[in-house]
Amino acid sequence: MDLTHTPEEEDFRARLRAWLAEVLPTLPPPPSPDDWPGRRAYDLGWQRRLHDAGYGDVHWGASPTVRLIFLEETERAGAPYVGASFVGLLHAGPTIAAEGTDEQRERWLPPILRGDEVWCQGFSEPGAGSDLAALRTRAHRDGDHYVVNGSKIWTSHAEVADWCELLVRTDPGAPRHRGISWLAMRMDAPGVTIRPLRTLAGSTEFAEVFLDDVRVPVAHRVGAENDGWRVTMVTLSFERGTAFVGEVVACHRVLRELAAEARRNGRWDDPALRRALGGLHAEFRALWRLTQWNVGEAEHGGGVPGVTGSVLKLAYSHARQRLYDTAADVLGAQALDLDRPWVLDRLSSLSYTIAAGTSQIQRNIVAERILGLPKGR
Amino acid sequence: MRLQLDKGQQALRDGVRELLARRFGPEALRDAVERPGRLDRELWRELGAAGFFALRLPESEGGVGLGLPEAVPVFEEAGRALLPGPLVATHLAAGRVPGAAEGDTVVAAALGGLLEWAEAADVVQGDTAGAVPLRSVDPLTPLHRLPGAAPVDPVAVLLTAAEQLGGAERTCELAVQHARTREQFGRPVGAFQAVQHLCADMLVRTRTARAAVHAAAVTGDPVDVHAARLLADEAAARNARDCLQVHGGMGFTWEFEVHLHLKRAWVRTRRAGPTTESEELLAAALLKGET
Repeated sequence: MDLTHTPEEEDFRARLRAWLAEVLPTLPPPPSPDDWPGRRAYDLGWQRRLHDAGYGDVHWGASPTVRLIFLEETERAGAPYVGASFVGLLHAGPTIAAEGTDEQRERWLPPILRGDEVWCQGFSEPGAGSDLAALRTRAHRDGDHYVVNGSKIWTSHAEVADWCELLVRTDPGAPRHRGISWLAMRMDAPGVTIRPLRTLAGSTEFAEVFLDDVRVPVAHRVGAENDGWRVTMVTLSFERGTAFVGEVVACHRVLRELAAEARRNGRWDDPALRRALGGLHAEFRALWRLTQWNVGEAEHGGGVPGVTGSVLKLAYSHARQRLYDTAADVLGAQALDLDRPWVLDRLSSLSYTIAAGTSQIQRNIVAERILGLPKGR
Repeated sequence: MRLQLDKGQQALRDGVRELLARRFGPEALRDAVERPGRLDRELWRELGAAGFFALRLPESEGGVGLGLPEAVPVFEEAGRALLPGPLVATHLAAGRVPGAAEGDTVVAAALGGLLEWAEAADVVQGDTAGAVPLRSVDPLTPLHRLPGAAPVDPVAVLLTAAEQLGGAERTCELAVQHARTREQFGRPVGAFQAVQHLCADMLVRTRTARAAVHAAAVTGDPVDVHAARLLADEAAARNARDCLQVHGGMGFTWEFEVHLHLKRAWVRTRRAGPTTESEELLAAALLKGET
């Protein structure tokens, strides 16, 4: 057991901390959540600054511990989120880096790192959410192009994306995991229609994407034809690896703010509320330690990152919902006012036990792949 | 950075696991339940010879000279095996009470308003005025209740959390073992999602508690220790309940060991003082701006 860092890691932390302290005060205020072009410009602008300072590829170029330090420090300092760059930096980028050809890497990676292009994710479909392999969007060959027909749903940042990492069925006759291919599709290609989806939080965070005879060059396929499922699993292991690190740190900050607010408005005198806040503090502290455990494991080998990530995701997504329910206890009647802090977060937190694999799916993964229980039904 | 056990810590843990498997297996456990209130003095001395009590005592004082990161996995093993006796109290008395380090002297102490094993012990420490004997819920832990509760040393809190963690790991394993083999409706019950999800939640609780306990062993920070305590108490008690549920009717019988894990988890939950005190400490730390 050891929580110390190497001198190189400590040096990285110190340099990053100094750079953040210098840069953050010069940033313009963030745009409103519904200003999509504004959000695109803001998020890409932040990525550009990270790139120019030498931190552009930290999500895939660095060791797990350095990545952890990066996420910890940027969150503590209140730096902008990865935002619209998420899919490019954490999904498509690492996948292309691992599975793409030299030509594909050359074409797509530099614009992601420089903050020039936004990617979105075309995985989920109305009939294929957590059961991803049930996807029905079809692509058939026509010369050196695929012709794509179908629809995608829950596509974050679709409105401002340049590219979409798209899963399509290229062999309808094959077993369902076998006939899938991974394509990079331009979002301004003829036949792509985007319709924003309004969530229960009132925001238009996601969109539906309809695909009618969209032509995608065969050269834009990453990995072999019909081998897209394996390529996708590579992507998902990136997603679950360190995706929640920044958020766990953020929850500590929210907890401190909630305690201060309770002190201010008199709710702190309620022992039941103090106990709830203390219990959440214990829980988020433990989740941070679990993150360190997972990173230590990734660094020293042993354990599939995606599977270990399921344990953290399960615990974290439920803890986050309890955190914002407790925020409502602190706020009292103000918890019903959409203009108060934490109220929208409470609504958004409802998606955490659904998105990126429901809690039920995660439990199946834990039961079957870690505990070795027989395949469920 | 690595919260997993290093090679030396693994070797130590394996040694204790081996000793307990040999000296305190299922037969010995059953015997102990049938003869409540008696401590196996010979086993106690063997534990002493293996360094169980002198582990953190400096070598200059005849101890092993190791620290909390070594004591924690050792106490996890005691928790897994349901080893009875005032283990934490005697461990804390090593170097201060003659014979405690070697396992020749059994030391009981007032911890969290409870006094365990007072009558079997050679030495009783702390303010035990007004101690009232209880008919203990745990057949393996004779108990006295005390009128007041002095604050508990963070080391005692952490070692208790380590025992809780060992118990949580053990009941998770028992449940999974049963779910893999027990057949109902023509298939192992572990193939049913309802049972899978009980087991998955047990593992999530265990792993979260494990990370918290190991980190607290490294930092020794009281906020870390009390956080670890809350997670480990929860994991031990709830895993025992879920393990019982997975075993169905068999789990509700005296013969099957899960009730002993649940009852011991309840005893250990009181040993560190009221849960509310840990929660208050963690809440207060939020106002101080600590992270």
